[in-house]
Amino acid sequence: MNVFKDAGHLFRLAAVFVAGLLIFLVIRGFLVPKSFGQLGHYRANAVAEIAARPIKFAGHESCEGCHADVLDKKKNGKHAGVNCEACHGPQAQHADDPTAVKPDKLDTAVLCARCHEANAAKPRNFPQVDTAEHSRGLPCDTCHHPHSPVIVAGGAK
Amino acid sequence: MNITRRHLLLLLPAASVAWKYVLAGTPEAAPNYKLSEHWWGMLIDLPKCIGCGNCVRACQAENDVPDGYFRTWVERYHVSDYDIENPQVDSPDGGKKGFPPAKDVKGKNFFVPKLCNHCADSPCTQVCPVGATFVSQDGVVLVDPKYCLGCRYCVQACPYGCRFINPRTNTAEKCTLCYHRITKGLTTACCENCPTGARQLADLRNPADPIHEFLKTHSVHVLKPSMATRAKVYYNELDGSVR
Repeated sequence: MNVFKDAGHLFRLAAVFVAGLLIFLVIRGFLVPKSFGQLGHYRANAVAEIAARPIKFAGHESCEGCHADVLDKKKNGKHAGVNCEACHGPQAQHADDPTAVKPDKLDTAVLCARCHEANAAKPRNFPQVDTAEHSRGLPCDTCHHPHSPVIVAGGAK
Repeated sequence: MNITRRHLLLLLPAASVAWKYVLAGTPEAAPNYKLSEHWWGMLIDLPKCIGCGNCVRACQAENDVPDGYFRTWVERYHVSDYDIENPQVDSPDGGKKGFPPAKDVKGKNFFVPKLCNHCADSPCTQVCPVGATFVSQDGVVLVDPKYCLGCRYCVQACPYGCRFINPRTNTAEKCTLCYHRITKGLTTACCENCPTGARQLADLRNPADPIHEFLKTHSVHVLKPSMATRAKVYYNELDGSVR
């Protein structure tokens, strides 16, 4: 007895399924990004794309290449560990083209208070003042030198 | 050879699979940077944090974070000695503009900077239905903005509240540990601009990194260790009231 007798309709059904699977694989081959799955269940090229985003803060090493004089002033002072851009802001454009892009002038009355305004939550040993009472709105660099903040006789300016 | 319809149907899937590998090549990377040689984390030395908000401002400038959203932020804790279980926490505008004077100077007051913990077993990457977020081979949790659907599963899954949907792109966004900087040998924007050195980038796979000596000699914790996320942001002298 032939087991395949009258089984033609099953083969036709199987052929429809196989055709569907092939179409699925073809479409999938075009839609799934090329690098997907190379490093894990994600698009491997995304890693390089994220790494290629532009930089805004140049980093203190690139400042120190030109501004060695400021580094000398800072290195024995209390602000030795404070990097340039912590106060001067993002300067990657200035580092790329120092003549065309110049950093803004800073207002020490605002800038210094960001760190040194008294607050009960700050560490006890951190130098802090009540600026309203301490300087009454005067810029801090009237008396203190910002790169090495000691009181300068006759004023810093 | 004549290609019949049958032959074509058989060839197409094989060709598409082969074509995929032809196009893919090897994934690009920054020069002189090997993914397998790094395992990034961060050290936060809490007794040094002065709550100036420099890290928050630096992060927003570096990564173009929209106003009102934060990849890192600073919280201020007030813990009354009569109710240490219920600390009062505030973070006005993420601490971006510093903090107003404390309402209650009695008890304990301190700052806690927060950011993505770059968990090795991250709950946020496990729930992504499309593989748009992942832990990279060097231990940084990243989001692929071209693949993200904006379904918000990961925003809900993060136990630390470190993710948000960027209103401009409608995709999930989070701290990348300044991946575009650390792969070029720079430190993160927040670490670069921390005036007291309270934040330090750490490469746990580099035996010369000072993090190893620090972890051996200090009382260091991670946030929510009970979640078993294997967080890699280490807090020195973390108070037990911090959530």
